[in-house]
Amino acid sequence: MTAPLLSIKGLQASVAGKPILRGVDLEVRAGEVHAIMGPNGSGKSTLAQVLAGRESFEVSGGSVLYQGRDLLALAPEERAREGVFLAFQYPVEIPGVSNVYLLKAAVNAVRKHRGLAPLDAIDFLKLVREKAKLVEMGEEFLQRSVNEGFSGGEKKRNEVLQMAMLDPKLAILDETDSGLDIDALRVVANGVNAMRGPERAMVLVTHYQRLLDYVVPDHVHVLAHGRIVRSAGRELALELEERGYGWIEAQAA
Amino acid sequence: MSEQAHAAFVADFGRRAAELPGGGTSWVERMRRLALEQFAASGFPSRHEEDWKYTNVEPLARHRFEAPARPAAVSAQQVAALGFGADVREHLLVFVDGHFAPELSRPGALPGGASATSLAQVLSREPARLEPYLAGAMPSGAFGALNTAFAAEGAFVHVPRGVALEAPVRLLYLSASADAVTHPRTVLVLEDGAQASVIEQYAGGDGIVYFSNAVTQALLGANSSLTHYKLQQEGDRAFHVAAIGLRQGRDSRFVSHSLALGASLARTDIGVRLEASGCECALNGLYLAGGSQLTDHHTRIDHLQPQGRSREFYRGILDGRSRGVFAGSVVVHPDAQKTDAHLANHNLLLSRGAEADTKPQLEIYADDVKCAHGATVGQLDEEMLFYLRSRGIPAELGGALLTYAFAQDVVGRIAHAPLRARMADILIARLPEGRLIRENA
Repeated sequence: MTAPLLSIKGLQASVAGKPILRGVDLEVRAGEVHAIMGPNGSGKSTLAQVLAGRESFEVSGGSVLYQGRDLLALAPEERAREGVFLAFQYPVEIPGVSNVYLLKAAVNAVRKHRGLAPLDAIDFLKLVREKAKLVEMGEEFLQRSVNEGFSGGEKKRNEVLQMAMLDPKLAILDETDSGLDIDALRVVANGVNAMRGPERAMVLVTHYQRLLDYVVPDHVHVLAHGRIVRSAGRELALELEERGYGWIEAQAA
Repeated sequence: MSEQAHAAFVADFGRRAAELPGGGTSWVERMRRLALEQFAASGFPSRHEEDWKYTNVEPLARHRFEAPARPAAVSAQQVAALGFGADVREHLLVFVDGHFAPELSRPGALPGGASATSLAQVLSREPARLEPYLAGAMPSGAFGALNTAFAAEGAFVHVPRGVALEAPVRLLYLSASADAVTHPRTVLVLEDGAQASVIEQYAGGDGIVYFSNAVTQALLGANSSLTHYKLQQEGDRAFHVAAIGLRQGRDSRFVSHSLALGASLARTDIGVRLEASGCECALNGLYLAGGSQLTDHHTRIDHLQPQGRSREFYRGILDGRSRGVFAGSVVVHPDAQKTDAHLANHNLLLSRGAEADTKPQLEIYADDVKCAHGATVGQLDEEMLFYLRSRGIPAELGGALLTYAFAQDVVGRIAHAPLRARMADILIARLPEGRLIRENA
């Protein structure tokens, strides 16, 4: 078997002295789609943010290897350039910075890191138009300030657009389905599915299994009290949908 | 405090008053004498006065300034460098060290009998034209009185009824001599239905101490419209004190931009009186300060009559050990029903040593009004910065971008495109790591 793209061992993290992750173990290989499910407060979003390099969380133990390297030693922007992408649960509004500027600066930062020349205006526009179609976003969104005044669905589509532009190796989608109506969920799911491929791994963090009807995972994990307490195939998501999290939390306690 | 500096100005008046333009005209002499008496009685303001609590003018009051008898040499290239492009249409008057510089000016032809002229020329040749505006208008405070006592040069812009100026009038007040004091006086008169935009630009050499003490007064007739820009780019050791006073007639519109970039100590007072019904005014401001700069704005909007609308947006970016002061008040008088006023001041601190003092104030004496105000002092938003970094953008570029975007909220309101572009260039040059913004565009 190939070496894992991401290998998390005994990861512990806390915020303001309060432990959230209490020893997470997880291995993700290229081409796989993993779903991490769990009740509110189980640490799902913390795990996603720690992997992206959020500095407000303190990592107090364990290790994370990404492509065999210590991921935790890298700054957030270095992780992004190495191919780690986090789709935010709550995409941030940035008044005064246009979407198109952010995309161009981001794409060229990644290209520079990969030893590629920056895209010129024409090639960039071609790429962004192609990718915007994937998530059914009109060009008017490109000139607007990042996420400012966007609806919940537009924000999530914008996250998938950024992901498509940056072409990551490891995509972590944090509650990308939350707050979406069924049409927006379908658009987002189509965008995500279009990006599945043998070179790319995806980690879907979600509370409900609804997204998993559209983006079918290879593995499902349940996070409770800061640990992964059960891992199985897709059928686990369906079981959780039916029975809720109570039984599994009771077993884990 | 500073008895000596104050006495020096008073003594200087005794020597120079007779030579000032308009000397010999009785209302002019009377105006100057009364102003000097007021200044002599008050002296420079001290920090015990509420309006000067945060701004200590002692370094200014201690310094000995002189009004240059002749202007220093300034080249056309130096003037061009301060412009917004060779092909920008405008009516340009240039003043150097308090003297009108016709050889550097390009006033062009103004339409419909409108004029933009050196104030000294009007004071010497046809002072009666200025009497209705100057004779009764005593700007408040010690600096206003000092300006009035010595005001010799400046600009008189007059736009007759119904005339619209297409190109802006730009008044460039340059200081190039060490220890110089100038008292530029700008008089703007828009008759009923007139439209104009006026750019007052203050600039000077780095490394020299000088003092610009400016007063601008504007009178807006019914249904007239004035857009006023004050671009303060004084040298790094300069003292800059300016007061802008405005009276608005029925249904008139006033837009003000105060862009404060330079000087070691800069203070701008803006007072707007909405004296008739249906007036609109918008005050926009941006102040950038670093090092040990101090930049201070005091604004006051008086709603005196019904159905007025005022908007005020001021933002400050403070780095180093600089200090930004904003005190903005909106006063809604008893007759000013249906007033709609909104006042906001936001400050971004880029360093631990920087400080912002903000005091927005509403005083409301009418009962059917809509008024709101808000003020913040904060640092770069961590959430935004992390979001940008998580997309591969380096922290330095992220910080520069967020700072630039913060300023763009004010700069984006500038209607005159060449000035807007110049401000963008200035921001890129001034902000920490600002060059990265262009390199990655």
